[in-house]
Amino acid sequence: MPQFKQRQFLDFEKPVKELFEQLAQIKEIAEKNPTVDYTSSIQQLEQSLLERRKEITKHLTPWQQVQLSRHPDRPYTNAYIKRMLTDYIEFFGDRNVRDDKAIVGGFGLLDGETVMIIGHQKGINTKMRQLRNFGMANPEGYRKALRLMRLAEKFNKPVITFIDTPGAFPGAEAEERGQGEAIARNIYEMMRLKVPVICVIIGEGASGGALGIGVGDKVLMLQNTWYTVISPENCSSILWRSWEKKEVAAEQLKLTSTDMKSFGLVDEVVEEPYGGAHWNYEEAAESLKQVLVRLLKELKKIPAEERINNRINKYSKMGFWEEVEE
Amino acid sequence: MQHEEDFDANLAGEDKSSEEAKSRWFKRIKKGITTSTAEKKEAPDGLWMKCPNCKYTCTVLELKENLFVCPKCNYHHRIGSHEYFNILFDNQEYEELFDNVRSVDFLQFKDLKPYNKRLEEAYSKTGLNDSLSVGAGKLHGHDLVICCSDFNFIGGSLGSVMGEKIAKAVDYAIEHQSPLMIISKSGGARMMESAFSLMQLAKTSGKLSQLSDAKLPYISLCTDPTYGGTTASFAMLGDVNIAEPGAMIGFAGPRVIKETIKKDLPAGFQSSEFLMDHGFLDCIVDRKELKDKLAALLTLFKS
Repeated sequence: MPQFKQRQFLDFEKPVKELFEQLAQIKEIAEKNPTVDYTSSIQQLEQSLLERRKEITKHLTPWQQVQLSRHPDRPYTNAYIKRMLTDYIEFFGDRNVRDDKAIVGGFGLLDGETVMIIGHQKGINTKMRQLRNFGMANPEGYRKALRLMRLAEKFNKPVITFIDTPGAFPGAEAEERGQGEAIARNIYEMMRLKVPVICVIIGEGASGGALGIGVGDKVLMLQNTWYTVISPENCSSILWRSWEKKEVAAEQLKLTSTDMKSFGLVDEVVEEPYGGAHWNYEEAAESLKQVLVRLLKELKKIPAEERINNRINKYSKMGFWEEVEE
Repeated sequence: MQHEEDFDANLAGEDKSSEEAKSRWFKRIKKGITTSTAEKKEAPDGLWMKCPNCKYTCTVLELKENLFVCPKCNYHHRIGSHEYFNILFDNQEYEELFDNVRSVDFLQFKDLKPYNKRLEEAYSKTGLNDSLSVGAGKLHGHDLVICCSDFNFIGGSLGSVMGEKIAKAVDYAIEHQSPLMIISKSGGARMMESAFSLMQLAKTSGKLSQLSDAKLPYISLCTDPTYGGTTASFAMLGDVNIAEPGAMIGFAGPRVIKETIKKDLPAGFQSSEFLMDHGFLDCIVDRKELKDKLAALLTLFKS
């Protein structure tokens, strides 16, 4: 987790900011004066900090939840991989054009068993953010993901994907190389993968860019994430013809994890540490790991063909329509 | 920079467009349009059509006989699902399927207008029940199920109804051992249905994989325009991908791309010909040759 001096706070995190700084100061003083006992005041502060963190995530507006999902200190795919898997080996390239740094993936051991893990990766500083293209993949990123999924299928290893993208990259070259086709192909092939597939929204889940690695037997959302057909900003610009309505768009889109669970569009919501995953990477990774291990166990019991049928049937039920009498 | 032609000045035999030059031969006495709306003389709607590409004007009847393709420049006018059905099915005979599937405003979405109102307006404007119609019939004797989108209905957007109709059409095709064709003409996913519309990409792709398992051909025809969620699902998944000439096909819209790369896009970017060049289409077919081409294809799949 980032050190105190680099720690960044969102507007609505102000109440915790003061406490956080006080705590850091006291810890600093305590270090300098080993003769004085600061334990009780530190404990007291830590307790109230925890309470404040709890408070903050209790009453978030949808837009604030979107902001939290984009928190600059939030853990990204590699942060989870590092904490959840052992013996991880990363694989690169789509064997066609190049290696897309916005999607990472490889084999690793989860609870002692090999899994293929694939996810969007955002950069952790300015330089890396550019290298990772802000988590916006090009077609070769989706094709790398598909290559890795097929590799997993060949050796009968489950696939886990982590989704965190503001959308697929809308560049000219992305179009030349078939961004639409790449995403369509992934969606289609993920429907038919013979191995268990679990997808987790760990940050932003925007549109086709998310769904391109997001079709699975189980789809989970971390608590402070969002998932829908378009980002609130772009929705505002298209439907309201203004960039100013993003808060309203976020409300109207019903994009929060709670909403998505209630619609049955995702299977489970995984709780984050109080205040958001950025407060404790270890805790966030551990609670997600437990859910993944449990679900993989369940999914492995189902025969492949049945699992695929269930998957297709699950998606076939999605949507709302009525059939009127003619 | 070229100056815009000044017709008034030219008529007066002047090169300059000065006020003086104009006023010498023509003076407007009354300002603005004085004819009241009731007295306005108008040509009846729909009698004449002007080609948006070459400005050639012809009667609708003439255009219709030419399958809504401009006789002069071969521009393919945007047409609706029933026009396609009439062009493609033998003797214009087909059975319309699943027309009783309707949208429900489950989210009570409201942008500048409530979604419900948008739907109502679209119903009365188009006389259609949603942005996709399904027809089953014969094409040169071959069985064929065609799903065709209507751009007039909320931009041909992909929502729950389109998803469900395609799902039902796939089931129908499998049951009747018939090939399936989807004609796309859509701006993308229907935002007013939020994540439900996104999930239609997965739903339709999943159903198409069942068609594939049944070893039935799936032909995708991309027409102008085919964008967003449509491109990122069934439009690009055909066993054979076809497009009409000059259609715009892509994932992200040109405006968004332009804003991203901060450069102008080359002429022909995202056109059918561009996609053909980059390997995403099997052929570009003129509307007038479409029926014969499809029949030839279907024969090859069968024999």
